[in-house]
Amino acid sequence: MDLLQRFAAGDVDAFESLFRQYQGEVYRWIVRIVRDAAAAEDLTVETFWRAYKGHAGFRIDASFAAWLRRIATNMAIDHLRRRREYVELPEEIAAERKPDSAVQQETRLALRKAFADLPPRLRVVAQLGLVEEESYPEIAQALGISPLAVKLRMFRAVRLLRKKLQRWGMHP
Amino acid sequence: MNDPVSPMSGGTAPEKPNGAASKEDEFVELRRKLRDALPPLSQPELRRDLWPEMLRRMEQRPVRVPWFDWALLAVAGVALAFFPGLIPALLYHL
Repeated sequence: MDLLQRFAAGDVDAFESLFRQYQGEVYRWIVRIVRDAAAAEDLTVETFWRAYKGHAGFRIDASFAAWLRRIATNMAIDHLRRRREYVELPEEIAAERKPDSAVQQETRLALRKAFADLPPRLRVVAQLGLVEEESYPEIAQALGISPLAVKLRMFRAVRLLRKKLQRWGMHP
Repeated sequence: MNDPVSPMSGGTAPEKPNGAASKEDEFVELRRKLRDALPPLSQPELRRDLWPEMLRRMEQRPVRVPWFDWALLAVAGVALAFFPGLIPALLYHL
């Protein structure tokens, strides 16, 4: 019996092997959505816990990584629903940025605020597509929707961001 | 990583009407500003093994009421149903 078959049958050793193999990948995916290292660790554990509880529902001919990513994305969206404010990233994981003027700083803060106000299902698409530059098919697979639906959500997210910035008197 | 497609882009047509081109430019500009405000993560590596955490999560059991407590409750319920006169006595002792 291979690893996935054993996992689907409820074997804890198989689950541990899969956990060790995929924990980094799941964490990286979640932290890019929630942008909070501690929350991403908790959500990684919760993702695997859900996978473990739902082992009987896993189809062994399907991709385990894709299945996990889908669970992880849903967990991350739930997290964004609960906590909507922007969290400043620790310096060691944030990309380097040059110092800039007060005006740019103001624009940046407004954008962060507008972004945090987006509905979570639009925010996750904008985060992955605009900031992290993931492709639409990849985002679609993680959300369990079509690439066209991703495109529509992206369009709505951009429109909402623009509206909000215009309302605050900023040119987006 | 693949380059995402702008929601305003209409395909690979070489010439676009001015309106579409300007929307495309606006989109690119917004994306640039957004990436400046929310910089993409450089190296989001997991710094510790989460398996011990996972084990703790798996060992957490939901709170369970022992079967004896349920049996006691059932006996009390039946007794009160058959002997309603016990209710004031029970309330007095509570």
